[in-house]
Amino acid sequence: MARFIVRRVVAMVFVLFAISVLTFFIFNVIPAGDPAVRMAGKSATPTTIHAIRRDWGFDKPVYVQYVKTMGRVFSGNLVSYINQRNVIDEIRSRIPRTFCLAIGAAILWMFVAVILGLYTAVRAGQFSDRFLTVLALIGISMPVFWVGALMAYYLGFKWEIFPNGGYVPLTDDPVDWAYHLILPWTALSILFIGVYSRLLRSNVLDTMNDDYVRTARAKGLSERQVLVRHVLRNSLIPIVTLWGLDFGAVLGGGAILTETVFDIQGVGQYAAESVSQLDVPPVLTVTLFGAFFIVFLNAIVDIVYAYLDPRIRLT
Amino acid sequence: MSERLLEVRDLKVSFATEEGVVQAVDGVSFELEAGEVLAVVGESGSGKSVTAMTLMGLTRGPNARFEGTARYKGTELVAASDEELQRVRGAEIAMIFQDPMTSLNPVHRIGDQIIEQIQAHEEISDSAARERTVELLDRVGIPRARERVDNYPFEFSGGMRQRVMIALALSCDPAVLIADEPTTALDVTIQAQILQRMRNLRDETGAAVILVTHDLGVVADIADRIAVMYAGRIVEQGKLDEIFYDPQHPYTWGLLGSIARVDRPRPARLPTIAGMPPSLAHRPEGCHFRPRCPHEFAECVKTPPLESRVPASPGHKDRCWLSVEDKRGEREIVPGEIGLEDKKGVGAAV
Amino acid sequence: MATEPVTDYALEGPAAFELEAEREHVAGLGPSRLALRRLRRNKVALAFGALFLVIVAMCVLAPVWANRVAHTGPNENHLTDKVTVGGETKDVVSPDGVPIGPTWHGRYFLGADENGRDIAVRLLYGGRTSLQIGVAAALITAFLSIIVGLLAGYFRGFTDTVVSRSLDVIWAYPVILLGIALGTALSLGGLHIGPISVGSDSKLIPIIIIGFVYVPYMARPLRGQVLGLREKEFVESARAQGAGSLRIMFTEVLPNLSSTIIVFLPLMIANAILLEAALSFLGAGVQPPTSSWGTLISDGVEKIITGPHLTIAPGVMLVLAVLGLNVFGDGVRDALDPRAKIRLEH
Repeated sequence: MARFIVRRVVAMVFVLFAISVLTFFIFNVIPAGDPAVRMAGKSATPTTIHAIRRDWGFDKPVYVQYVKTMGRVFSGNLVSYINQRNVIDEIRSRIPRTFCLAIGAAILWMFVAVILGLYTAVRAGQFSDRFLTVLALIGISMPVFWVGALMAYYLGFKWEIFPNGGYVPLTDDPVDWAYHLILPWTALSILFIGVYSRLLRSNVLDTMNDDYVRTARAKGLSERQVLVRHVLRNSLIPIVTLWGLDFGAVLGGGAILTETVFDIQGVGQYAAESVSQLDVPPVLTVTLFGAFFIVFLNAIVDIVYAYLDPRIRLT
Repeated sequence: MSERLLEVRDLKVSFATEEGVVQAVDGVSFELEAGEVLAVVGESGSGKSVTAMTLMGLTRGPNARFEGTARYKGTELVAASDEELQRVRGAEIAMIFQDPMTSLNPVHRIGDQIIEQIQAHEEISDSAARERTVELLDRVGIPRARERVDNYPFEFSGGMRQRVMIALALSCDPAVLIADEPTTALDVTIQAQILQRMRNLRDETGAAVILVTHDLGVVADIADRIAVMYAGRIVEQGKLDEIFYDPQHPYTWGLLGSIARVDRPRPARLPTIAGMPPSLAHRPEGCHFRPRCPHEFAECVKTPPLESRVPASPGHKDRCWLSVEDKRGEREIVPGEIGLEDKKGVGAAV
Repeated sequence: MATEPVTDYALEGPAAFELEAEREHVAGLGPSRLALRRLRRNKVALAFGALFLVIVAMCVLAPVWANRVAHTGPNENHLTDKVTVGGETKDVVSPDGVPIGPTWHGRYFLGADENGRDIAVRLLYGGRTSLQIGVAAALITAFLSIIVGLLAGYFRGFTDTVVSRSLDVIWAYPVILLGIALGTALSLGGLHIGPISVGSDSKLIPIIIIGFVYVPYMARPLRGQVLGLREKEFVESARAQGAGSLRIMFTEVLPNLSSTIIVFLPLMIANAILLEAALSFLGAGVQPPTSSWGTLISDGVEKIITGPHLTIAPGVMLVLAVLGLNVFGDGVRDALDPRAKIRLEH
């Protein structure tokens, strides 16, 4: 097991390095025009532009620029030239919000998807299955920002059942915190519920035809015991790992649309606002950290998977 | 006098498929006495596995239809409720499946899988169940059973896994053991060991065994009675000696004739039965073996009933319209010899 | 024993699988004919596929609608105009800025936006953009994935390592973030690589970005398939006959990838349309004055208080188009392999 972990970590480090290089390229090399002008924003003075050029090394060779850029990002000494705020501080203060949104949605979608997936698998081919499958497909086909906007409008603004966006910190008022997050959690979950319920349904249908399920029945177990202890247990293994990856992806930046629509002021929304102002440092940093986080989480998920599936662990 | 453990009467099983209705089992009747070994022999598609699995209700599904009855100690199995089936499965009738690699759950330890069956039928503590499991594994010949009880299936070889399955099947002392091609997925050398083990266990426990196989060689050592199946029907059944030394059905002749014999000079070609088994959805009218039988005559378009035609052997039944005298004319019997020398017809070298 | 009628999605008992192989043999049809037959029987999939085509047709005929029925273009403002509908004459946009709702007639069929523009017309023209970008991006993804998958899977070794690591790196980014990163980077100065020069407001930018971003999703499964196909006998025999690698890749391996590619295409188009909408919503996709369903939704959400129909209309069209593709794509996958092992990582 230890060797597996070491191998995984080494691979991770390489990928992280490659990501940092690619992100750097995307922001500072590929685009045409003067990077210093671009970073300074619209209302920049020549002094600012000159300072930027010096601080970021735009007058030096590419690899120097890379080192300087990474240095600035990781030293925390990174400021947006458009609104003068420190990027790292900003991100740090917003992480709890993004995290709350992500974890709530992740639990919700997994819970609903398992129930739906199992139900449609057991009733495969019947009307309820086909109906729910179409619903799941509709869920996959709806853009999350559209659904979110309409939910916020109708349920929040018009009928006033839920708050119309915004965020209340957990420490201030847990009930209000949850109350504000219900709509965003739901909107964000819809897509994933669609995908995961169908995935589980497919896995369960495959597993139900496996021989060991037949053996389990031959043992005299009740159908429910067979379903839970053998079918579900085996079907869930690949899904749990995917869940880990998707949770990471949502946390790493996939919630950007939901945050924007519901005005959660999380990390994603920060990136979105920066995009609309073409403010480079925040977008660069969020992208970099997002990718980093996902790679890191991937490695953890791989290790957990090895633990769950003894075949991988012991061979 | 042994009691009738199992009585199957006119069992029919059909499945609805994309291509139409498939009649997998077409009127099968047999009995099983306590402690005896009944071998059900036939090729793929003969319906032998479906018959065996239907006894445990494992073929039930939205597309399956059943007719006929199977009574186990008075309990009707074919139409049994789910609760009755659960009670019978594992505890009264247990099954050993063909492929032990896929028949055991890969992510559960083998000990847990056996304990699961024990606790499904008996109120017993975890530690007592575990003790019994270790004992069982020991009995079936798994070395270092106490350590290996916590291993996963992939940590065992094929033969060992099949022993685990046998241990699992015997864990609740069933009265009937159904073995569905238990050695087909194993090396030939392991096959003999497994069969030997099964025979010993049968002697020890007194369980009756239904051995489903396509291999007559396997059968010779262990069976008391044999039922030969073809295209969903039993075409001949009787005691071991009756089948091997005085077979009545041309299909049985073909099966026996195609066994490779060590004690005879090797033929240039192993005799085969001409033709292919019929498609399960479209069977010939009357006797299903008709298209491949060199002895076919006018009467064969009517389905021959399974009856005893050999005088003084009421248990030896077959489905062939030919009278016993006609048959003796068609082929020579050398007394005490298995595998017939045919003058013409089915057992001939092609 | 109670019996039930046969359903299309028959779940067969474990013992009946003995018959499965025999059944296919007896039918004697080749795999593609069988697949077509299964697809034809799947009425739902066909219906949704038709739905998508209908939407495509509607958008293609946008000018016809604009000129003959609505009598206005997608970008023409009618702030101060009045329109006569069903005998009544109303302001297109009321004095306090509230635009007219759906009239269900030729002019302003779905209503107007705050500038007096005909929503239905904008919807059709926007749809053209969305569909163009979606299909083009999906084709780029497919093209790149095939090449990359073939190279990595066939040559293995160093080529494979380089390709696979590169795919891992791209795959590590959340799709949205990578999309907006590239979108931000390119929307200012455009894309200039060597001789290729693309302006910043060209539709080609989102097409390239979206096409690029989804490559790992398709390339990885393809690479896996190539790895397996490479070991098959027909490849060996081609090699023994002296065929070069390139030739083998294209004449032997590639045709066997066709079913995977066919299954992926509708789903890639659907994903591309959704990503374009998301990027445009955030301002990193299609740039004004070009409009797409994404920009229309974005405009609508901004002004949602004045009229939800501005948001609902483009969203519904998008959902229907994507749904059509998804259900049809599902049907294709089921037809090609009823127990499909092709799993999409999303």
